[in-house]
Amino acid sequence: MSALDRIDQAVKSNPVIIFMKGTPQMPQCGFSSRASQALMACGEEFAYVNVLGDPEIFQDLPQYANWPTFPQVYINGELIGGCDITLEMYQNGELQKMVKEAVKPDAATEGDAA
Amino acid sequence: MTIQTQIEQKIQQAMQPDFLEVLNESHMHNVPPGSESHFKVTVVSAQFNGKMLIARHRQINGILAEELNGKIHALALHTLTPEEHFAKGGKVAESPLCMGGGKA
Repeated sequence: MSALDRIDQAVKSNPVIIFMKGTPQMPQCGFSSRASQALMACGEEFAYVNVLGDPEIFQDLPQYANWPTFPQVYINGELIGGCDITLEMYQNGELQKMVKEAVKPDAATEGDAA
Repeated sequence: MTIQTQIEQKIQQAMQPDFLEVLNESHMHNVPPGSESHFKVTVVSAQFNGKMLIARHRQINGILAEELNGKIHALALHTLTPEEHFAKGGKVAESPLCMGGGKA
């Protein structure tokens, strides 16, 4: 499977995923660190791919969604942006909402459930 | 021409923004003194009115495609409408410090 196919599969099979340098526990770039911290602060599970551990993905990811830099955050299969956008959306509360809805699609109707 | 000047000129010509600041933040990272690898760009323009952040960033990434395709390693982007810039008192977030990984 090509790197682009592997990226596509990872993006489509995880409601929230970050492609980053390092891991959320041991980030290796300040931008990746901040973006993964914002995701962690949303309090839901998310997937991650360490691009430094996979040279093919490192090389091909910028083409996937025509976005030139790392990290990249995808929610429900769509690129939401890099570090600056992720942080700004966290600060205004949009990120938490999007992440919660992506991870628990029924959450909005749960209030009426028995 | 320095890369910093090149970035300034390209954005200035493409957008005629209300405010433009290009900072070379390479000294905050694991690169030799005098490097031009890490930049922070703040653009304030009414062209951003009604556009999502991702569309604003794509516009700047497009203007700087050549630079992003090799010359520069990191680009922190702050894209604001004049109203947003005013509401924030003209301030944008500080960039993170380097954590040492990968200079590709």
